[in-house]
Amino acid sequence: MDGSVWMQFVWAFLVGGAICVIGQIMLDVFKMTPAHTMTSLVVAGAILGGFGWYDMLIEFAGAGASVPITSFGNALVHGALDEAKDKGLVGVITGIFQVTSAGISAAIIFSFLASLFFKPKG
Amino acid sequence: MADQQKKSLSPTQQQYQVLAGNLEPKRPLLKNIVMAFLFGGLICLIGEWVMLMYVEWFDFSEKAAADPTVATMIFLSVVLTGFGVYDKIAQVAGAGTAVPVTGFANSMASAALEYRSEGYVLGVGGNMFKVAGPVIVFGVVAAFLVAIVHTLLRMGGII
Repeated sequence: MDGSVWMQFVWAFLVGGAICVIGQIMLDVFKMTPAHTMTSLVVAGAILGGFGWYDMLIEFAGAGASVPITSFGNALVHGALDEAKDKGLVGVITGIFQVTSAGISAAIIFSFLASLFFKPKG
Repeated sequence: MADQQKKSLSPTQQQYQVLAGNLEPKRPLLKNIVMAFLFGGLICLIGEWVMLMYVEWFDFSEKAAADPTVATMIFLSVVLTGFGVYDKIAQVAGAGTAVPVTGFANSMASAALEYRSEGYVLGVGGNMFKVAGPVIVFGVVAAFLVAIVHTLLRMGGII
């Protein structure tokens, strides 16, 4: 592996960690509930996505930006915008889940299967 | 408690709120932030590694590798949730495990497990999105508004 690959890991770690710190500050300092924190981050990701800024962050930090939940809001916007380019305004509705389908489907399917195989712990 | 809620309380209740607020254990802010940074960073580092694995071994482009990477991370998170490991880590890591997409999957998987005793339809099906639902609802509404404005501006030739 050459040096640039190692830098990719370093930036993924630093940027991903920083986004989680923002979440922790919302929880501890602003006393927000986890649900309020997550929804705020997703909405923030959607707004940054609208300006095209979140994609710049992903290009720079890779999984450091695409793994945190903010990227979910960004991906919703990009699904809608890409489809809207081809189909006009109706594409905003039909495209919204285009990119995020993998995440949501995987979470539903794996969680359901887990409920078949595992018993609750603790 | 929010200020407007406080006003509707009787004086005794307000005194109680002040007392309870003072007695509430102080959160170790610095430690929580360091833990969130380390665990959140670590999860993203694993994500980066999984992504590069798809790029190197399965010839995905970096953009195309994003989907299987997210699915893989979610799969790992659900398995760790099933074994009760993810929630143990989460007690230490706080937002470090909650903010990554693995936390989203963890909230769905743990709800699915917890409500299994109420049956698969009403229990698992009905409660899976109890925590994850708000994220999807507000994400979709925000994305809809952003995308509508963006598309209208583009059609109007402004951007």
